[in-house]
Amino acid sequence: MKGFYRLNDKFVNKNRQMRTLYCSVLIFLFFSGYVLSQNQPTNPVGLRKIPAIDVKTTDNKTFNTANISNGGKPIIICFWATWCKPCINELSTIADVYPEWQEETGVKLIAISIDDSKTSGGVGPLVNGKNWDYEIYLDINSDFKRAMNVNMIPHSFIINGKNEIVWQHTTYSQGSEMEMINIIRKVAKGDTIPAEKN
Amino acid sequence: MKNRYSFLIIVLIVGILGSIECRAQGVENFFKNSQISGNFQFDGMYYNHDSVIGAPEVPEKVLMNAFANINYNNGPFSAGLRFENYLHALQGFDPRYKGIGIPYRFASFEKCKFGITVGNSYDQFGSGLIYRAWQDANLGYDNSLDGIHVRVTPVTGLTIKGIWGQQRFYFDKGPGIVRGGDAEINFNDLFTRLHEKPFRFGIGGSFVSKYQDAADPVYKLPKNVAAYSGRGTISYKNFMINGEYAHKINDPSAMNNRIYKPGNATLLQLTYTRKGLGMYLAAIRTDNMSYKSDRDADGNDLNINYIPSLAKQTTYCLPAVYTYATQPNGEFGFQAQGIYTFKRKTKLGGKYGTTISLAYSRYNAIDKEKIDAVTPLDSTGTLGYKSDFFSMGKEVYYENLNFEFSKKFSKTFKLIVDYFYILYNSKIIEGHDVSDIYSHTLLADMTFNINEKHSIRSEIQHMYTKQGEGSWAFGLVEYTIAPRWYFSVSDQYNYGNPDSGKRIHYYNIAASYVFCSSRVSLSYGRQRAGIMCVGGVCRYVPAANGLTLSISTSF
Repeated sequence: MKGFYRLNDKFVNKNRQMRTLYCSVLIFLFFSGYVLSQNQPTNPVGLRKIPAIDVKTTDNKTFNTANISNGGKPIIICFWATWCKPCINELSTIADVYPEWQEETGVKLIAISIDDSKTSGGVGPLVNGKNWDYEIYLDINSDFKRAMNVNMIPHSFIINGKNEIVWQHTTYSQGSEMEMINIIRKVAKGDTIPAEKN
Repeated sequence: MKNRYSFLIIVLIVGILGSIECRAQGVENFFKNSQISGNFQFDGMYYNHDSVIGAPEVPEKVLMNAFANINYNNGPFSAGLRFENYLHALQGFDPRYKGIGIPYRFASFEKCKFGITVGNSYDQFGSGLIYRAWQDANLGYDNSLDGIHVRVTPVTGLTIKGIWGQQRFYFDKGPGIVRGGDAEINFNDLFTRLHEKPFRFGIGGSFVSKYQDAADPVYKLPKNVAAYSGRGTISYKNFMINGEYAHKINDPSAMNNRIYKPGNATLLQLTYTRKGLGMYLAAIRTDNMSYKSDRDADGNDLNINYIPSLAKQTTYCLPAVYTYATQPNGEFGFQAQGIYTFKRKTKLGGKYGTTISLAYSRYNAIDKEKIDAVTPLDSTGTLGYKSDFFSMGKEVYYENLNFEFSKKFSKTFKLIVDYFYILYNSKIIEGHDVSDIYSHTLLADMTFNINEKHSIRSEIQHMYTKQGEGSWAFGLVEYTIAPRWYFSVSDQYNYGNPDSGKRIHYYNIAASYVFCSSRVSLSYGRQRAGIMCVGGVCRYVPAANGLTLSISTSF
């Protein structure tokens, strides 16, 4: 039983494992290829929907992410944490222009905190203390973060009216919110986001 | 069980066939609903030998960590795996992360109130005091449970979970078996007439047990160790209070010097918030609460539970020199935090508003008394010690006072000023035989926007202390061309080190390029052990000198 994961040890005996591994990867690739080709006519870039994961509100209600919606208007999903300075920079910067963004495009920002039980109690106070007008959810064990394949935070997504992920961006630097609003304007108009932007 | 990967394929095929059959529309719809996603991260470093900072000679010259997640999803069915590669692992990661493999794979099906996951799973019960399986690649932490995870929601407002498996241990599994269950009731969701009431309440309870064979020639060790916990949340309008109590039966282990005392942990949190104001109060008391699926494991290995540390976390590098680490054998800590924003267009708020915050946290030892007149404290094979729940131990482990002022003065200038007072008990936290370290840090974080795309951010930090390594100064300049380019130069200088030969400059230069969900970064310089934040990302790094390349992407 010991060491069965390790492929580099006892290489000869593990050939069969390797073969099966390749097979499973091939199956994945086959499906992904098929999926992309199937989706071609309607979804040019094989758009992914938001996965259904249970998160919590700051007052302890359970919320399923499949219910994220903004009445057909664009949505921004930002992954952040109270201990992540660049995340707070990003959300504070957007907070300054958020009323204008909302007025112009109808966009809604959903901030997903990945604070664990160490710091999650401070999320509500921080959000209110900073006067942020966002919809906030707690992803205490990073389940939604994993399902969205987020490596590091800040990481943001733009969702179109059909709940499809049309754009994503990792890290935050001063000024990158301008790229975000440009994409949102296009999404609000119903334009397709070119694949190289996705 | 020779071939574990066949497991994945069988599950995949069963799931696929199952979902094909479920759908009247057949194959076409099945493929339409199929989604593949994933991510990839690579970190590689070329190491220079640097005896000044204590960076050792690395025989391989270059080391690397890499992983990729590949997830497949089709409606209620999903499956995924993570490929991990350490040839060899970066300095600071446990050397038992060695080689290539797939230590994480799962398949799950969710339908009609039932969610079943086979393979590796992550989850936590309540705040994690008796069970938390989680992963953080940058910390090198992964205690996923390989086995079964079942989740049932018979009615809205009631969730029941069950787990049964063995924990991941590097590229192997821990020797113990972990079993448990959790139930949570949210009364406002359960009863329709309570839906929109301002008064909200919920309760939860969990039970976890571990089994490990024992054949000690001297001591009779418990093969089964149970732990249980209860929790509750009440909120009314702007107030919220929640608490959890956990208990663990006797569990002599390498962590507690093999004493037979049962363990317990209590966590209490109180918040009050309204627009512009947030207040948070929390307390935690843990007593002999290390809970691992192997009684001989130490460090972070094979933790079943998670003890949250309430000490204020900072990402500024000088105050992070002295960061508190949880003491699972016993600690009494509390934290108070307040944050307030002066409204826009008021005298103190100015054009854009001003935010101030104050935070205080403190950790003490728990009260410990001898079990009788002759037995010394923590003696192996005894009950170890007696502890009065409500009296705090005299020894201070950690204390942190932080004041922050943050204001955007104009469209082009933003300023954050922070002051930190930190008392750090180095003997307890790091095991060093030095006195308590008292430090005062003042820092300014300034952002200048040149235009919409170009901006400069600068940090100036100074930490004053007479103890430990003495005073530090830090300077950083970042130049960003949004949204793609990032450049930075920084130096952390230990100018106050009592040993003049150790007054070291930790210089660093870095550049990164971001393209949507991908990021490539290159940095060169010295890093001292601690939390390092570069280009908007923070991770733990050991003392090192060299060139680092990181690539990260998700799809």
